[in-house]
Amino acid sequence: MFGPEQGHFALALACVLALVQFAVPLWGANRRDARLVGLAPYLAVSQLIALGYSFLCLVMCAVSDDFSVQNVAANSAVSKPLLYKITGIWGNHEGSVLLWTLILAVCGGAVSLFGRNLPDILRGRVLAILGGVSAGFQMFCLLTSDPFDRVFPAPMDGQGMNPLLQDPGLAFHPPILYTGYVGFAVPFAFAVAALIEGRVDAAWGRWVRPWAVAAWCFLTCGIALGSWWSYYVLGWGGYWFWDPVENASLIPWLTGTALVHSAIVVEKREGLKIWTVLLAIATFSFSLSGTFLVRSGILNSVHAFANDPARGVFILALLAIVIGGSLALFAWRAPSLTSTGLFSPISREGSLVLNNILLCSICAVVVTGTMYPPFMQLLAGRTISVGKPFFDAATIPLTLPLLLAMGVGTALPWKRAQLARTFSHLYAAAGIAAIGLVLCFWKLSGVLPIACGALAIWVIAASASDVLRRIGIGHTSAQGVWERMKHLPRSSWGAALAHIGAGITVLGLCGMSQAQHAIVEVHIGETRSLAGDDWTLLDVHDYIGPNYKAMQADIAIRHNGKLVTILHPEKRDFTTQSQTTTEVAIHTNFITDLYGVVGDRHGTGKYTTYVLRLHRNPLAPWMWLGGLVMAIGGAFSLSDRRMRIGAPKRAAARNMARA
Amino acid sequence: MTRKTRRLWIVIACLACVGSAAALTLRAFSSNIVFFMAPSQVKANPPSPDRTIRLGGMVMAGSLHRINENGTPVNAFEVTDGQAAVEVHYTGILPDLFREGQSVVALGTVQKNGGFTASEVLAKHDETYMPKEVADELKRTGKWDPRFGKAPDASSWDTMTAKKAGG
Repeated sequence: MFGPEQGHFALALACVLALVQFAVPLWGANRRDARLVGLAPYLAVSQLIALGYSFLCLVMCAVSDDFSVQNVAANSAVSKPLLYKITGIWGNHEGSVLLWTLILAVCGGAVSLFGRNLPDILRGRVLAILGGVSAGFQMFCLLTSDPFDRVFPAPMDGQGMNPLLQDPGLAFHPPILYTGYVGFAVPFAFAVAALIEGRVDAAWGRWVRPWAVAAWCFLTCGIALGSWWSYYVLGWGGYWFWDPVENASLIPWLTGTALVHSAIVVEKREGLKIWTVLLAIATFSFSLSGTFLVRSGILNSVHAFANDPARGVFILALLAIVIGGSLALFAWRAPSLTSTGLFSPISREGSLVLNNILLCSICAVVVTGTMYPPFMQLLAGRTISVGKPFFDAATIPLTLPLLLAMGVGTALPWKRAQLARTFSHLYAAAGIAAIGLVLCFWKLSGVLPIACGALAIWVIAASASDVLRRIGIGHTSAQGVWERMKHLPRSSWGAALAHIGAGITVLGLCGMSQAQHAIVEVHIGETRSLAGDDWTLLDVHDYIGPNYKAMQADIAIRHNGKLVTILHPEKRDFTTQSQTTTEVAIHTNFITDLYGVVGDRHGTGKYTTYVLRLHRNPLAPWMWLGGLVMAIGGAFSLSDRRMRIGAPKRAAARNMARA
Repeated sequence: MTRKTRRLWIVIACLACVGSAAALTLRAFSSNIVFFMAPSQVKANPPSPDRTIRLGGMVMAGSLHRINENGTPVNAFEVTDGQAAVEVHYTGILPDLFREGQSVVALGTVQKNGGFTASEVLAKHDETYMPKEVADELKRTGKWDPRFGKAPDASSWDTMTAKKAGG
């Protein structure tokens, strides 16, 4: 019922359905044949069902320890806990491609389901584009990375999973990140459909924005989760490596953030149409190249799964078709799109344009830094790399004006603004930012951290004061404030929340720039001090876990003689995979993280010493907390009734029925 | 505000941002590019001590020992590419996958005395994995030709070096 052959068949069926979903509605839309176009949602849903069944088959193979399936044999083992048997499916190349296409099919299903108020032709075309992309990647899955391949003879037990990947954080990181990546396929499909149709209007902006915002929320969560994983699992004390894989997620995030903002201008003012369409194409193109260039090993990295040239060629061809095709269509059709909204440089639109330019400049810098080393190697044969110093020096100065503009932007009115009037609303926020600047001078060192810290406080204060002003705090009675609070659009709350989240993240990054660490070698009972705390190694003992041997240390941390906490970092030895992992111990009070790692044991008996790495990371949790707040802000604005497609229409219909 | 002046403003803003981005990138490139070097290249033309490089090769078997500098543990080991070996000093906990006889990449600077002080040591997730740079270097020096099978066993590395160094 749920064997690998059934899964393989269902995958092939889904691929065929996706091809039909690509061809029929496009043809129908061209011939203005409503019946053919109307098939699209049914095809999308049946493709989703077939692919869901296929994925379920793979899950069943993994859960039932069917080691005759190559993929399960290579990545699972009998002794693996059930949770990781399931999540391990996307911990390898084949499974992750299947998950990727499944999420794409879910997006198609969602468009069919929630897009009932879209014009039929537009919906048909959007689903056709999604189907086309789907078909391409399902073919990739079938032809070069089939997760259902059998192996003969079947081994008695699997080879097990990299112990580093056996972690709840990493278990849910890929689906969330992939949902972010793949979610941008929907704005992409809308953009291509609009290009085919040759028309972009305010309604298009209103339809495309919820999809972009939803994908952006997932991508934000995914990046934050990945960075958190790297912080607490890898145990190197940092949170962002500027590794190609990480950059691959940051690049679409930057253009996606720009897209979410520029779509507002399309929706409200019918401006920036061509640009928004281009951003939608670019964001998905970056998502695609991010996931697959990296996975194909073209960008060499610690995280890459596959290093197989045949896959690389297939993926490159697929990317060339999707990206090249959409860009060619853009070049051909974009001139027919015209913008109508006029605005002065100092206006809400103007600030959104500035936001877009800055975000895209940062994105360009990150792309350059990521792509330059592999290209240099290809062309000049010299192996070079760029790391944190490069990215810090090149991106942070561009972030400063972005933060400054973030505070002003939401306070500016549409079309034309008077600076003096706008600034009169921002006095309070500027005052708070000035206090923040003094605080930063006192607490932080370095010009950039101080500037970023003060600007982050400015962003938070300005966003909060903007909302407070709109709900009339200080102008109207409590009753009036309540009324206004209820009537302020959810999207305004969401925007303020997302901006505050960005401020929190930046504050966290500034705090982390002041992190201190020490590497010490101590006997049991010895005390070392780091940044005002005394760290004492109390004891080290060994114990045996389910599939590993561990060495656990007890480290007491005292501040001015008062016990703060006892950390229990571990070093685990996985014998089957002959791998060692480090279990970090972190104590957090949400202001400072105390982070301890135990290293090697040296000597014997009385002379035994242990190497410890001790970190004091100020404001570290704020980085991920800010990401979460940003995502919640996005989700909040998704709940805006304006965003719920067709909500006004339904409400009107209800009122009609009542009358 | 006409369409033309608006376009002018946008173009000016774009040029300003993209220009500063380009300037920042170039400046950052000129001072922050990290070159990869193999031990023999480091021996042949040592880079200046203020230049960060990535040194890659195999950890020579039996070369890992520890020095204690005022209570800070320093790991010392030799990295070889089969032609020359460079002594690396690293303060800190070596990565979980660090093994003698396996490949490693160290980030740091070459000291005046020819030693290498690493600020970071990377050993990759997978123990059978060889950093691409190291593999390329092996092919370049003729120690390994991928057409004739897998990379030479890591434990044979030091004898190759010893022969070279001794002879």
